[in-house]
Parts: sequence; structure tokens; C-alpha cells
Amino acid sequence: MAYIELNQVTKRFGEVVAVNQLDLSIAQGECVAMLGPSGCGKTTTLRMVAGFEDLDDGEIRVGDKLISSKREKYYLPPEQRNFGMVFQAFAVWPHLSVFENVAFPLRVRKLPKAEIVARTEEALKHTNLLTAAAGSPDDLSGGGKQRVALARALAIRPDVMLLDEPLSSLDPHFREEMRFEIKDLQRRFGFSILYVTHDQSEAMALSDRILVMRSGLVQQVGTPLEVYGSPANRFVFEFIGLSCFLQAGLSPAGMSIDGVAHPWPAGVVPPDELVAAGSGLLAARPTEIDFVSERGVRGEVVRKAYLGETIDYRVMVGQAEVRVQKTRRVAGPAVGEFCGLDFLRPHWYPVD
Amino acid sequence: MSTAKDSRFGTPEILFGLSVAVLVIVVAVPMLLIFFNAFWVDGHFNVADVVKVLRHPETYKALGNSLVLSVGVTITGTIVGTFFAWLVTRTDLPFKKSMKLLFLVPFMLPAFIGALAWKMLLSPRAGYINRFFMDVLGFDGPIFDIYTYAGIILVETMYLFPFVFIQVSGALERMDPTLEESARISGADLFTITRKITIPLVLPSILSGALLIMLYSMAHFGTVAVLGIETGIYNIPTLIYEKIHQSAGSFDSIRTATVLATVLVITAALILWLQNKVLSKGRYQIIAGKSFRPTELKLRGLRVPLFVFCLLYIGFTIVLPTATIFMVGGLKTYGLPFTAENLTLANYNHILFEWDLTRDAIWNSISLGLSSALVTMFAGVVISYVIVKMKVRGKGILEFLGMLPFSVPGSVIALGVILAWSGKFGVNLYNTVWIILLAYIARYMAFSLKANSAALEQVHDSLVEAARASGATMAQALRDIVIPLVRPGMIAAFFLIFLPALRELTVSVLLYGPTTRTIGVAIYTLNEDGETVYSAALAGIALVIIVLGEVLIKRLVTGKNNS
Repeated sequence: MAYIELNQVTKRFGEVVAVNQLDLSIAQGECVAMLGPSGCGKTTTLRMVAGFEDLDDGEIRVGDKLISSKREKYYLPPEQRNFGMVFQAFAVWPHLSVFENVAFPLRVRKLPKAEIVARTEEALKHTNLLTAAAGSPDDLSGGGKQRVALARALAIRPDVMLLDEPLSSLDPHFREEMRFEIKDLQRRFGFSILYVTHDQSEAMALSDRILVMRSGLVQQVGTPLEVYGSPANRFVFEFIGLSCFLQAGLSPAGMSIDGVAHPWPAGVVPPDELVAAGSGLLAARPTEIDFVSERGVRGEVVRKAYLGETIDYRVMVGQAEVRVQKTRRVAGPAVGEFCGLDFLRPHWYPVD
Repeated sequence: MSTAKDSRFGTPEILFGLSVAVLVIVVAVPMLLIFFNAFWVDGHFNVADVVKVLRHPETYKALGNSLVLSVGVTITGTIVGTFFAWLVTRTDLPFKKSMKLLFLVPFMLPAFIGALAWKMLLSPRAGYINRFFMDVLGFDGPIFDIYTYAGIILVETMYLFPFVFIQVSGALERMDPTLEESARISGADLFTITRKITIPLVLPSILSGALLIMLYSMAHFGTVAVLGIETGIYNIPTLIYEKIHQSAGSFDSIRTATVLATVLVITAALILWLQNKVLSKGRYQIIAGKSFRPTELKLRGLRVPLFVFCLLYIGFTIVLPTATIFMVGGLKTYGLPFTAENLTLANYNHILFEWDLTRDAIWNSISLGLSSALVTMFAGVVISYVIVKMKVRGKGILEFLGMLPFSVPGSVIALGVILAWSGKFGVNLYNTVWIILLAYIARYMAFSLKANSAALEQVHDSLVEAARASGATMAQALRDIVIPLVRPGMIAAFFLIFLPALRELTVSVLLYGPTTRTIGVAIYTLNEDGETVYSAALAGIALVIIVLGEVLIKRLVTGKNNS
């Protein structure tokens, strides 16, 4: 079932391990997003798949074919991998017309003239560029240039599309539009996508599965819902969506924050090993915290900001700050008031 | 409020007036006199006479030579410059960084000193290399005659290719590597990418560098003067020199010179116009956003041979001529073999401490360089200030006049200065250092304006306004805010002028008098007079001064950046 397979892929730049023993398999027609802060190794991984970087360990296969292998010292050059790729800075050639940009990969493959024209026009049609074909890509907006890059990648009818932050150079308003266009094209042509981004909402909206990376190490691989709903560790929790954390002392009797005893959050008990360790980190989404008058973790509201539809509270619990977001329709406490916090779906992680 | 305004009334106008006066006297008058003398005969506008001058074999041969030589140098220089630029930016050549610096060295060496060295090595009868092949290896004739078109083109290429090298390696370094990567992933191999993507994208840079080579070669005096005279190869600048020197002020010679100068100015203007067009129309947005190092072409089997080739090229074009200059400068008599008993330091001693002619020349060049750099630096700040910051009508004229000499060849400026300051208007500066100083100021003003305008544009108006709002007068704001902020630009302008002035030949060779030789003129005339050994020794000293100067600047500039 796995179409693209990365086994134990490792890359070092001098002393730095940019990618550390990465395993990933992508099915045909699947879209996988690699998400992480800059410098986490996601772009390096993509470039190893594309063939621009050699591997320091491991191997990469596509279909049944080995394309990169450290052990066999075998690297299929990028130009023979038959992938489509779109870059952040567009990388459309300003000295060629839109048509010639898209026709380039077909021309270097020395296809018959008629087929080049037909396939170029087809790619231009699917990207709504037919009217701009004769012009220079420099006359197009950022979104237009990126569509040229997409059309160029589509022209060879690739099985694999590599996208390196393709939307981050675009205006926010174009970004959403392009997301849907990419998704549409994938449905129509059925290629697999390996997608690099640092924008979590982009990753959520586009991909079937998300791979979260940090310092060259895979943190979690899962569907957007899994990654958001059950983050594997504190880093993933913090990186995806809004979050707040409370460090708590734990004992079989209950939990304490900065020496003050608090009742357990309703229904969720920390894992035994954390209780045994004596401390843990309580993680929660600001929207998943309720104000309660009884029980709950006690804190004082220090700031209240109206953000239109929602109201943003800062509540001090001991020395720690907890962020709570409620819709404006909920009457919450005022600044200076003491309140109880009920954590609806808390997660427990070990203290670092 | 209104009185305060009244008391300052006129300050911009006074500054503006002064700037215009300086530029008119130094730049406009000499230039106009050239055209006037070329087209005005006995009080009449006369084109037929200009045509007659142009149809004289001597004139059109020089025009043809200038064309042949500059086109030849442009072609070879562009090929050499582009090739090396590609080699040090796009391949895995060993020691690329050091190689890149070495390829820039010819830029600081004066071409005419190089020509002198090559004459010593490859002149058909006396050149050391030719003699080695004839005397030791038993060749029938010289293996290469440097006194030919090919010889002149080769020597100029060695010193002018960095124009293309700098432009192209800069463009290749700044170019977004994904432009090439996207071609690779599209299925193109490196050869196809180089041909279809890389070269077309840097073509504007290649062309613009090529046109700079052409502009420079067209107006170049030294190499042709050293290598061409013997076999009668003249170009426009050397013929102007010949005319002025033979003439002793004869009207016909001066007219021929002004006609030649006019042709040179028109050609130069045409080249610069073309360059402007190439740059404004053809410069693509290829600057990288996020940058990964571009894929280096693995030279594999060619890696070592190409590295050796680069070393040989550098050895042959930089080390060999420089060593020749110092060795010949140490010979007791020119033509002796380089053995220990033939070598002496006496020549250097004589030149530095005993001989008035050379001591004067060194002193003249240094004082002329310093004073022209100082005057031009300060005048440049004022004029740039008017151009960049003041809202005065007509400041476009200032910009035009200031930048004009940038496109005007040195021999033309010298000729204009002769026409203006040799007694025609009551002031005779001929044969004094002042006339050279005036010519240098005109020639280098554009450098100062460029550096100072760039620095001033960085100083936002709000900085001065904030100073005024804090209670400073305009003068205080200038002294405490503007001047400290543009000081780096001023220092840059100073050295941009001082160093080229130090090794200048084209202008001073037309203006020197018995006691006002510059280093360049002294080297050139000593060589003309057959004092080859002294000429070489002085050239060696000039090289030492130039290299020391360059190193000193690098120190100063990097020291500034660190602090």
C-alpha cells in the first residue's frame, strides 16, 4: 500500500543532525504535511526526497524503485525522478513566457510537438492560465506565478508532488483559494503530495496525515484530528493550536499548584507514573476551560480582553498564568475576581 | 517666525549657485570647448571640415583600431570573465573563495604596467620568453609577438575581464537557486540548465559587464601606447596624445584631436545608453528569497585539471608580470640575464632617494591624489546634498554635469582642460600641477557623487526634522546628525578617488610639464626614452604603493564594520 517509503533517513550538516532516523510511508493519492518550526528538518527531508540532498543514512523508495540509498551509494538524480515540485519563491523563469515555463519539462523530455502543446494547454486550463499563456510570468501576481509553477509541475503528470511552503509567499487571501485549488487538482489527478509548511491551519486543511517534526526528530504522525486531539507530547500540544500549561505537584491524595492544594479536574486522572514521579504538566486548550463557581482550580482574573466574538481572560493560578477563551455570550468573572477553572479535556505530560 | 525665515532666505540658493559654479567651471566649460573647437572654424559652423578630418587615413585608421581592439577585448574578456565567474560560484572547484579574490587582483593593477611587463617578456627580439625560445631552444623566430593586435587584446583582456567577472559572479551568487532546481526536477540535466536557464538569466549581467569592458577599452591609453606605437597601431586616445605632443599648439592638430574626442564621447555615450537599456529592461527579479546553497556542479575528473588551469592563469597573468617588473627593475642593464651578479638594489635607491625626476613624480602623484580626493570629497557632499535633499529647481542639471565625466574618457577631459586653461581665457595653467588637479577633480567627481548620494539617501529626512524639533539649528543638525551619518560615504569617496588617481596615466600624460610628471607619466616616458630598467623599478614601487593602499583601505573599512 505504501507508495513512497522513507526508512531510517538521516542527514547531518557538520555536527548538526538535521534529520534523525526518519521513517514515513505515504500511500498513493495521499497528502502528508510535514509541520514544524523553521530548522526542524522538514525542508531537508523534502529535498532528500527530491534528490537535491544526499542521505547520511537510510533509504528512500518510490513504488518498487529505490531512488536514494546510503548503503548502496545510489542516488537517482533529481531530473530522473519524475516528480512535480513547487517552491516557496515560485521559481518561475522570467525569461520564458508562461506557456514556455509550463512546456519546459515536456521539451526536455523531447516529446512530439503536438503532444507538448496539448499537455501544456491542458495544464494551463486546469490552473486557469490559458489567457495568460503568451505573457511573461513577471506580469502575474504572486498567486498567478504560483499557478504557473503548479501547472509546470502538473505537465509531466507526476505521481508525486513535492510542495515546499508553496503558499507562504502569497497574500493571506490568495492562500486559502490556492489551498482549495491544490486539493482539487489532487482529486482530479490522484498524485501523492508531500507538503512542507510551518502553518498549522494549512496543514490541517490540506492533508490526510500530518507529521510533526522538531530538531530533526519526528514527534507524531497522525490525522489532523489525532494530532490536534491527542498530541503525543507537550511540544506537539503547544505547536498546534492555542495552549496553556500548569505545573502541578501530584500525590495519590490530590494535586497542588505552587503549594496550594486543588481538587482534581473532573473526570481526568493523571497517569500513575506521573503520580509516582510526584509532578506533572497539565495542558489545556483555552477554549476547553470553563468557569465554575464551586470546585475547580482557584485563580484570580488579572486581565480581560474583548476580541469580538470571544473574550480572552488571563487567570493567575499561583505563579502560573492560564489563558481562557469564552464566547462573548458567556458572562464571565470580572478583573480582580476569584474564580474556579474546570478543565474539560486536559492532557497530562511529564515535566521536562 | 517670519524674520527667522528671512535670515535663512537664500541658503539653498547660495549652495545651489556654488555647486553649479564649480561644475560649470570644472566640467561644462572644458566639454563645450571641445565641441566648439571641433565644429567651429574661423567663426563658422563647419561640418565639411570635420568630415575632411575623419577621412584622413590617420584618423579613420585610429577609429578602426579602437573599434577592432575594443570589440576583441570585449569578446575575450567576456568569455574569460563569465567562465571564471561560473567556475567559482557554481562548481566544486577547490579553494573557491581564495580563487575569487585572486581573480579580482588584476583590477587594482594598472594595465599599462602590465603592458610594460609583457613587452619585456614577449617583444619579438628582446623579450625574455622569446629569447629563451630562440637562444636556448633554438627556435627560428619569436613564439609570440606582443606588438600586434592579438598581443594588445590579450594584455587588455587580462586586466579588464574582472568587469564581467564581478557582475556575473554577483548575479550567480544572488540568483535564487530554486530557479535552477525547478529546472532539474522538471527533468533537465545540468548542461541543459546552464544553457537554457542559468545563462539567459544572467545574460543582462554578462552584457552589462561586457559593455563596461568596451567602454573602458575604447578609452584606454596605456596598453596601446606601450605596445602599439612600435608597429604603428594607434587608437583614438593614443592618436590624441600624439597630436597634442607633436603640435606644440598647432591649430590643425588640436582640431583633429577635438574631432577624435567628439567621436570618443559619442561612442561612449552610445555604449552607456545601451548598458542602461540592458540593465533597465533585462534585469530579471532573480534574487533569492530563502536560500539554500545552489547545487554545485561536480567537476569530478576535471576538478584538478581546472584548478591547475586557474592557478596557471593566475600565475601567468598576475605573478609572472609582477615578478618581471621587480626583477627587471633590479637589473644593472636591461637585457642581462637574471643572475645574482646582475641584480642590484641601486636602481630602487636611485629612484627613491637620488633622482629628482622620479622623486618629483612620486610626490606629485601622492599630493595630486590626496588633494583631488579631498576637494572632490567635500564638493561631492555639498552637491549630493543639494541633489538628494534640497527642493531646488534645476538640480537635474547638477546631476547631469556631475555624472557627465563618468561617461567621458580621460583623454577627452584632459583635452578640454587644455582648451580651457592654457591662456585662452586669461588664465594659463599649462605645465603646472593645477591643470592636472582640475582635470582630476572633473574626472573623479562622479565617483564622489555616487558614494555620497548613496550615503545621503540612507539619512531619512525625519532624522534632521527630529534634530530641529529638539531645538537644533539647521547648521547644528547638519554638523551633529547628517555629517556623522554620511561619514562612511565620504571616506569611501576619498579612497575611490585617491587610489585610481595615484596610478593615473591617461589624463596626466596629456597635461604634464617638465616638473609635473606623475608616477604613471614617469614610468611611461622612461620606457619611451629606453630607460627600461628605471621604468620597471618605478613601476615596482608604484605597485608596492598601490597594494599597500588597497590593504590599508580593507583594514580601515573592515575595522569600521567590526566596531
